[in-house]
Amino acid sequence: MAKSWKEWERPLLELEDLLAKARAALKTAEPEEMAQAEQKIADFERRRDNVVEVLYSRLGPWEKVLVARAEPRPYALDYIAAMFTDFIELDGDRRFGADHAIVGGPAMLSGRGVMVVGQQKGRNIQERQFRNFAMAKPEGYRKAIRLFEMADRFKLPVITLVDTPAADPGVESESRGISEAIAASIMKMFELRVPIVSVVIGEGGSGGAIGIAAGNRVLMQEHAVYSVIPPEGCAAILWRMPEKGAQAAAALKLTAQSAHEFGLIHEILPEPFGGAHRDPAAAAAIVKDGIERHLADLSKLSESELREDRYGFYRKMGRFNEVSRV
Amino acid sequence: MRLGKAPRAEETGAFVQCQNCRKTLFRKEFEEALLVCPSCGHHHRLSGMGRIDATFDPDSFHEIDRELSSLDPLEFPEYREKLEGAMKKTGMNDPIVSGTAQLEGILVSVAVSDFSFMGGSMGSVAGEKITRTLERAASGGMPAIIFCATGGARMQEGLLSLMQMAKTTAAVQRCREAGVPFICIFTDPTMAGVLASYASVADVIIAEPKALVGFAGARVSKQAQVVKAPDDFQTAEFVLKSGMIDRIVPRREMRSTLARLVRMLGGGMT
Ligand SMILES: [Zn+2]
Repeated sequence: MAKSWKEWERPLLELEDLLAKARAALKTAEPEEMAQAEQKIADFERRRDNVVEVLYSRLGPWEKVLVARAEPRPYALDYIAAMFTDFIELDGDRRFGADHAIVGGPAMLSGRGVMVVGQQKGRNIQERQFRNFAMAKPEGYRKAIRLFEMADRFKLPVITLVDTPAADPGVESESRGISEAIAASIMKMFELRVPIVSVVIGEGGSGGAIGIAAGNRVLMQEHAVYSVIPPEGCAAILWRMPEKGAQAAAALKLTAQSAHEFGLIHEILPEPFGGAHRDPAAAAAIVKDGIERHLADLSKLSESELREDRYGFYRKMGRFNEVSRV
Repeated sequence: MRLGKAPRAEETGAFVQCQNCRKTLFRKEFEEALLVCPSCGHHHRLSGMGRIDATFDPDSFHEIDRELSSLDPLEFPEYREKLEGAMKKTGMNDPIVSGTAQLEGILVSVAVSDFSFMGGSMGSVAGEKITRTLERAASGGMPAIIFCATGGARMQEGLLSLMQMAKTTAAVQRCREAGVPFICIFTDPTMAGVLASYASVADVIIAEPKALVGFAGARVSKQAQVVKAPDDFQTAEFVLKSGMIDRIVPRREMRSTLARLVRMLGGGMT
């Protein structure tokens, strides 16, 4: 069982490295070496495509967890930059402090104003600390609530981008009411009279994720995951072995495909060949198209129909028996 | 009274031992005190029916949705065995017991959780029962009263359990729109996915003394902490001090406190 995305993709990363070197060599190649250098590149490309095919055609639940957590995977701000124009980040919960695990503000989507709220990870140590590993504190959810209210006031559709391992579990978050902040944010989403489209772009980590994911429409990228508990935590409870994350990931059915089967999301958004991180621009184009299609659908609904639509979607979630067992 | 099993199931005699101070107590006295230790005041856990008997008017409880039972939609390892064990042990289908009851003559929509059924965890059935309890309150103009006793969302139903957080929270919003009060009582323990959903958006939140109340499992919190956790971390006393709940009410005063609240906040139907 690979423990990280890097470990799992190693054969691919090595080939991509060789390919990059071969491309560089081509630039300095003598004319008589050109044909051979080009042949070499073509070879590496073919081998790389084969490896991508092999790795990505049979992604198991655990491999999806690794890909969803991959550092080069596009994050919320990458999607915001690629899909919207004129994004102006607004900050602060006006109560306690600033939170950088959740970002948000108004932006333009193909000529119309929207409010975007997303969870943001970091790519290096400094960024990760600054973003608190995308684990929002109460002030993050309270900022989200403020932006949701503003969207409602100014009739802006809301787009949320979900990507968090969990809400912040620390002592300070507990003392400032992380539970209340998440619950209030969920409830606020049910009050809105504007359309909400939520997209799980990486990790949909339990309560921290649903805190900003209660949209009219919920979309998931092909390799994103959405789970009630991290697989390592589940393995620790089930087998007292966190390293059995792969088995736990399979048991939890945390893939977009399972979520769709259970009627918990509306659509799976395909990712480019080899995952969103191999072609962030193409990934963003697909996500943008998904958002626009669902917004167009929702634009036909009145304010009260939008709220009923949202209530109705969540109301039917659950699988149970309703006949007496004798 | 069906107060639930005494602190130690094997003790069937006239005496029981307090789980906290270890004093030997007269069973009769202990049960009359609603499983609160007369010596140290420790509030022992009540069963679902025990809670109803201890709180609402005698014989006023009418159970609804008892037939709802769990499936194993994920075919999760050992889930069926765990469910069957819990059903055999408790004679229930789910931790949640719900229906209507009267509180000093006022009709209320109620749900209580029994921790002894799989740690009171919320899966599809619990989420549905809580949602229906809140919807009945909203449509019937009744106050809603819910007693929590839960470790959080039920892992074995995966994302379906997580979605119960959204479903139940949405139903609280229905109560708000209908103008019916929702009172939530945090008993030992009230944790994680339940705390971070419908429970924390109640109009009035009451806790029993010393109840464990928290978002993250104690182990996770302590790993994550930069700041040292205070001694009373994740207790009713801690969340009261933090401004997260309204008051701590001892069990013997719960009934009268709730009755006064529902009378003032929303009469309901008698
Ligand atoms: Zn005692």
